[in-house]
Amino acid sequence: MNEEQDYIRDIAQIRAIMERSSKFLSLAGWAGIMAGLYALAGAYIAYEVLGFNPDELVYSSTNSSGSSFSLVQVIALASAILVLAMGTAILLSYNKATKRGEKLWNAIVKRLLINMAVPLLVGGLLILVLITKGLIGLLAPFTLVFYGLALYNASQFTYEEVKSLGLIQIGLGLLSAYFIEYGLVCWALGFGVAHIMYGIYMHYRYER
Amino acid sequence: MKISINGLDKAFESRIKLGIMAALAVNQTLDFNSLKEFLDVTDGNLASHLKALEKDEFIRVEKSFVDKKSNTSYAATELGRKAFSDHLNALEKLIKGVAE
Repeated sequence: MNEEQDYIRDIAQIRAIMERSSKFLSLAGWAGIMAGLYALAGAYIAYEVLGFNPDELVYSSTNSSGSSFSLVQVIALASAILVLAMGTAILLSYNKATKRGEKLWNAIVKRLLINMAVPLLVGGLLILVLITKGLIGLLAPFTLVFYGLALYNASQFTYEEVKSLGLIQIGLGLLSAYFIEYGLVCWALGFGVAHIMYGIYMHYRYER
Repeated sequence: MKISINGLDKAFESRIKLGIMAALAVNQTLDFNSLKEFLDVTDGNLASHLKALEKDEFIRVEKSFVDKKSNTSYAATELGRKAFSDHLNALEKLIKGVAE
């Protein structure tokens, strides 16, 4: 039955090559866990330290609830979280790719990033417009919606589970767009809790 | 067409040719270096197999220039896709036959 073994090996190899050449599988579960922890810490700082918890669409310095916060500080904090999370993801993915004997930067990663970039750039520009118009209440919902769209798009080129993570973020974004006062809570749930749960799940399913 | 006795395509007796077709089946185009990385083969080895597949008209070569550097990309032709999927069907049949 030597031949049969040969055929089966052929098929196994075809499968492996098709998967390796069409999906990005170096994303580490720990990247999700760390990103989630950064987001939770960030949300806590925004709420407790900076007093950021908009409960209405338009933010004016003479707010009815008397809360005032520095928008510049909030944006700086959000940017810091983003850089930290992305840096961690790149570092961990680089390590995982090296371990698997692959390069991190290849045709698939390029395709994945291009597919994520379109919704993220559109979202980013729209959010800048919102800031200039003072619609601060919509910041958290819009970041969730566009990040979710980017994930949904990216799921074609990486683990299938990314699709459901994207849908969760979109759902939370839409919910918080209606209930503006829960914007920061939903943001912490999406970028924090959902990332951590997903990271733990991925780590146990694919990396143990 | 060189079809061997059990419907397997002679062209795919080489593992590397099979690998090239597999990678091009799920990617519209791939450049030389990406193929080399996915298949884990040497330059010369890959180049000779690509040439053979091109001669069979199973793959198409697309030359373009990126920043004045020539960039060669490969894509599976309709004929190549069909040959690859026929080959897979033949493999499946054989294994089923063995299992029965």
